[in-house]
Amino acid sequence: MDLTYSAAEEAFRAEARAWLEANVPKDLPPLDSAEGFPLHVAWEKQLFANRWAVVSWPKAYGGREASVIEWLIFEEEYYRAGGPQRATQNGIFLLAPTLFEFGTQEQQDRILPKLAAAEELWCQGWSEPGAGSDLASLSARAERVDGGFRLYGQKTWATRGSFSHKLFGLFRSEPGSQRHKGLSYLLVDLHQDGVTVRPIDKLDGGEGFAEIFFDGAFVPDADVLGGVGKGWEVAMATTGSERGLTLRSPGRFLATATRLIELCRSQPEAAGERLRDRVADAWMQAEAYRVFTLESVTRIVEGRAVGADSSLMKVHWSELDVALHETALELLGASAELAPGAPASADRGRWIEGYQFALAGPIYAGTNEIQRNIIAERILGLPRK
Amino acid sequence: MRFAFSEDQLLIQQTLAEMLEKECSHEAVEAAAKSASGRVPGLWQQLVAMGIPAVALPEAQGGLGGDELDLVLLLQEAGRRALPEPLAETAAVAAPLLRELGGELAAEWLPRIAEGAVVVVGLASEPFVGFADGAELLILERGGELFALAPSAVKCEAQRSVDDARRIARVEWSASPAARIASGERAAALAAAAFERSALAAAAQLVGLGRYMVDLTVAYAKGREQFGQAIGAFQAVKHQIASAHLKLEFARAIVQHAAYTLAKGWDSRQLDVSTAKALAGDAAHLCGRAALQCHGAIGYTYEYHLHLWLKRAWALEKAFGDAPWHRRRAAALLLDGRAPSEAAPQAPARDPARLRGRRAP
Repeated sequence: MDLTYSAAEEAFRAEARAWLEANVPKDLPPLDSAEGFPLHVAWEKQLFANRWAVVSWPKAYGGREASVIEWLIFEEEYYRAGGPQRATQNGIFLLAPTLFEFGTQEQQDRILPKLAAAEELWCQGWSEPGAGSDLASLSARAERVDGGFRLYGQKTWATRGSFSHKLFGLFRSEPGSQRHKGLSYLLVDLHQDGVTVRPIDKLDGGEGFAEIFFDGAFVPDADVLGGVGKGWEVAMATTGSERGLTLRSPGRFLATATRLIELCRSQPEAAGERLRDRVADAWMQAEAYRVFTLESVTRIVEGRAVGADSSLMKVHWSELDVALHETALELLGASAELAPGAPASADRGRWIEGYQFALAGPIYAGTNEIQRNIIAERILGLPRK
Repeated sequence: MRFAFSEDQLLIQQTLAEMLEKECSHEAVEAAAKSASGRVPGLWQQLVAMGIPAVALPEAQGGLGGDELDLVLLLQEAGRRALPEPLAETAAVAAPLLRELGGELAAEWLPRIAEGAVVVVGLASEPFVGFADGAELLILERGGELFALAPSAVKCEAQRSVDDARRIARVEWSASPAARIASGERAAALAAAAFERSALAAAAQLVGLGRYMVDLTVAYAKGREQFGQAIGAFQAVKHQIASAHLKLEFARAIVQHAAYTLAKGWDSRQLDVSTAKALAGDAAHLCGRAALQCHGAIGYTYEYHLHLWLKRAWALEKAFGDAPWHRRRAAALLLDGRAPSEAAPQAPARDPARLRGRRAP
């Protein structure tokens, strides 16, 4: 056991910190708004131009070939500096790991640089009106035609779908197939005939979701990822990325816990013993996530499997995020309801805004109920039926 | 950066686990609970023969020169088997205290611990002392000073614990100058370190107790059938056990982390130990509740052995600061930059990111 950072890692931290402190934009309007979106994309382009967008990637694609420990350090520094939620997150954290594992050289060379540079934004096409937690019941279909597939059906809850150029998702490519069989993982151009994107506003009013209708949109053979009919295996191989540390590294929760401590210090009269205990507990849960992640990362570095442990992480970080925000709102008392833009709002409504975002955590990336099933069945070995 | 144990550390853990599986079965713990001594006959001698109590003794005194990190996995195993032997008290608390104290007392007693002597520490903050009756040396704290007393110089008033396989006593004694071994800042530092080690040792055992209760419940839920299927297939059962496992896994990691920072003497160690004790106590409590609920009536009987694990967890949850106490201490460290018992702060509150401390002082 060695929980110290090497001189090279400390130097990496110092370089990241200096650049982020000098460059992180302050007070951007929300990402999921017509006004805020282009500003967030501009920030992503600035990150990419300075090789901070995808630090762990190969240099040829704009990365720094940083180790996974250095990537964790970057994440800590990014959120410590107050960096905004990543507009490119679906591409860099969800699609890219799958592309690195299953993509052909041609696909990687063609897709990854534009994805990292925020020239092409990607959304996820998993859920359908009839297929949420029970994803394998999906029915959107891909019909075989010359040189590719034509798509029919509907996807929904595509995060930032109305701002995206492309979609990655699962489609039923074998007629009459059932459940996990006969699915293909397809990369779809949304800017073509046969695609209709309808925005759906989220709980907080932001234009964050979309439902997407397909009526004959075309996907060439070159945009099948991992082979026709292999979609389920390809998608599941990297669900750990979504549930675990790549999508939600400890850095963002550590930064939120630090803000919570600052809020509590600034409101000593509001913080009775019970609330102080809750602040301490929220910090402890964030710290536990940091430490658990160090253990998982060690296993990754040493080539040992993390497996279903990503389900433990997903439940932990999503419940932690809610607890951090609920504690902050309790400290704010009657001011907690003030939305961004209210003249009397402290912290520009960041806590109530963050709370609404945190409440999505136990639902997306596989609900926490589904995760508990996975923990019970795949880790503990309890019977499925 | 590497969060993993060495092959040697894992090998000793495995060796101990295999020995305890045979020698400290639940039948053995049940028998201990019904016996006068509360212990498993011959087991301590076997542990001594394996060198377990000597892990954290200096090599010159017959030990392995280990530290908290070398002990933490062994204490988890002790908890997992509800071991009714003074491993935490002697190996994880008294031996390091004597090592730090040095001098004649250490020179005399450290080799004796390696040979099986039981030495216990009674801190002023704790009303009862585990394994006091039968100890060959007692190191006791009073008025900011430490004293070393022979068993003939103290009176142990045995207290019946809810856990029948646990032996605790209230120790009555008088503080004579001849028995004093440390005073002033030195005594305070030794006692403070003993408290952190005691809290960490309890946390490690709680992790083991929780692990056993979850594993036992998984096995039961796979075998017990109702409505024509294993009860473990019902989501209401699955989710309780999954939630317990989840809390326990994060507690395990944070306990091992605290063992590291305590061994290295990091600035953050008080905060880390408090985090460990609070999360381990809460996790073991949840594991116990889930285990009892998912077992149903059989788990509520004295005949079935779950109750011994449940009660050991209740006892250790409260010993050396319960979860609310440790959260209060953590809150003071995080928000005020000092422990609650310390004098008014002179320096401004510390940066929590820095408190998380990655550097040794």
